[in-house]
Amino acid sequence: MRLLPKVLMKGNEAFGEGAIRAGCRYTFAYPITPQSELAHFLARRLPEIGGVFVQAESEVAAINMVFGAAAAGARVMTSSSSPGISLMQEGISYIVGARLPCVVVNIMRGGPGLGNIAPAQGDYWQAVKGGGHGDYRHIVLAPASVPEIIELMELAFDLADKYRGPVMVVGDGILGQMMEPVELGSAEATPAVPAKPWAITGQEGRTTRNVISSLHIVPEENEKFNLELAATFAEIERVEQRYEEYRVEDAALVLVAFGTVARIAKAVVDRARAAGLPVGMIRPITLWPFPRDRIRQAVAQAAGFLVVEMSFGQMLEDVRLSVDGKKPVHFFGRPGGTVPTVREVFAEVEKIMGVTPDAQDFSTAAGVNR
Amino acid sequence: MPKTFQRPQALTDKAFHYCPGCTHGIIHRLVAEALDQLGVRTKTVGVCPVGCAVFAYDYFNCDMIQAAHGRAPAVATGVKRVLPDRLVFTYQGDGDLAAIGTAEIVHAAARGEKITAIFVNNAIYGMTGGQMAPTTLIGQKTTTTPFGRDRETTGCPIRVAEMLSTLEGAVYVARVSVHSPRHVRLAGRAIRKAFEVQLRGQGFGVVEVLSTCPTNWGLSPLEALKWLEQEMLPVFPLGEFRVPAGEEVV
Repeated sequence: MRLLPKVLMKGNEAFGEGAIRAGCRYTFAYPITPQSELAHFLARRLPEIGGVFVQAESEVAAINMVFGAAAAGARVMTSSSSPGISLMQEGISYIVGARLPCVVVNIMRGGPGLGNIAPAQGDYWQAVKGGGHGDYRHIVLAPASVPEIIELMELAFDLADKYRGPVMVVGDGILGQMMEPVELGSAEATPAVPAKPWAITGQEGRTTRNVISSLHIVPEENEKFNLELAATFAEIERVEQRYEEYRVEDAALVLVAFGTVARIAKAVVDRARAAGLPVGMIRPITLWPFPRDRIRQAVAQAAGFLVVEMSFGQMLEDVRLSVDGKKPVHFFGRPGGTVPTVREVFAEVEKIMGVTPDAQDFSTAAGVNR
Repeated sequence: MPKTFQRPQALTDKAFHYCPGCTHGIIHRLVAEALDQLGVRTKTVGVCPVGCAVFAYDYFNCDMIQAAHGRAPAVATGVKRVLPDRLVFTYQGDGDLAAIGTAEIVHAAARGEKITAIFVNNAIYGMTGGQMAPTTLIGQKTTTTPFGRDRETTGCPIRVAEMLSTLEGAVYVARVSVHSPRHVRLAGRAIRKAFEVQLRGQGFGVVEVLSTCPTNWGLSPLEALKWLEQEMLPVFPLGEFRVPAGEEVV
């Protein structure tokens, strides 16, 4: 299949297309809704281009296959959805501990437990705060459109190699299922992947053997390793904060939302502007490192912030840490697999900006304020 | 005078940390000798377990990777799929392979993954302090079966070689022991054969090696070898359970 320069593409397939364009040829995954089309796409495409798709017996096995393939020097990924990502957390911790690059896609669904398969953002804490055991973090990217999925998947593999760690890319069922036109430049054969002299490939051609392990049995040695990781994390926080901003310049109220919700928030900004309300939006593209520098800048000019999430308020904490009590940070969320509407969020905006009295409830359904 | 016996090239100079009388050292040597005999040391990637052999990467003189508990066959799968021309083996104990890692070993075998598992069965958890393993014998005392393993509440030992031999993808399945010089020689032969099966691209191979744990069995090294022979062999019969089509069972 030769891809045309511009095609209509489904979000879940775009994750796969972005991975292939980044030179990823290995995927290990276990079936779970709502990321299935991603696995279907790669199971079909990878063998066509000399790659490998393995359906693992579990998410636990899948992430450990990723561990092995990454250690062998390959660009490799897995994809799953919330409960499956929970199962992968041990493996992700080992991957961090062994300093291996890989990409993990999480098409988030409603939880906790089996929850449902509807769009949600309730895995934010798990994604940005480490998720598994031990002191660590990893980069988390949150695309908000199908073209951006492709762009961020390519970036994800580059960042994984650059910092030798896992990069997670999060979406949800809406992003995975939506179709949008994407412009594909000429499909490169295989992009240049940095040399990996540490990979376990068999000693042949090297004078010394390579060992990959996350075990540092002497506490002081493990502390030293942890401090090396901490230095990498600090560097990532310094240089990799990414965000999109929309009509923030003169905004009195700044909405903060990521992924699917940012699309809704953008529509709210337009509606507010049409009503003469100075509202803008900051959309974190890197959930970790959180774009705190931009939020801090906005504190000077904004009267307040409104965080909107498909959860009961998780990114909210990072926004409040960034704002540091200097301005009010409001929250509106729809947890459990429900999606906030433009009308609901706009009602919150009007409430906060004093257009409508607090007592008046514009919500169509439950929703959470914090 | 010609040198007829020496340390295998595929072992490093590092002294083993294993307890006196533990047969891990013998099994390490057998694996290393097989790698030397096949001339594949620099084309090999070994995968360490969690358990007593967690430090095996210090001993095998080839590229090594340390896996999470039970996940060695999944890690080996990832390595092998990227490097199909390399010899990839896992070295796992009974807790690692037959308890927490049951799914990974069964499905690696079912896929016919072209890797080799060296499965060290000493009927007990060593590293964590002598707890009941899936291969612990009925009546055997461990720190979690202080009155002896009770069939009623803890079930019966898993016969891994027999179980895996029901899978089409498991092309070579053998159980060997290291309780006597003759058995050590036979064990070495089986390990080499398993590696050859992989190098020929025939499928998954596993060699279950009955091993001792004097420390956690509460026996002297000599008593441990006798206990293995008298108590373990009747439950875990030796032999080749599967060989590639056209080959005879030894």
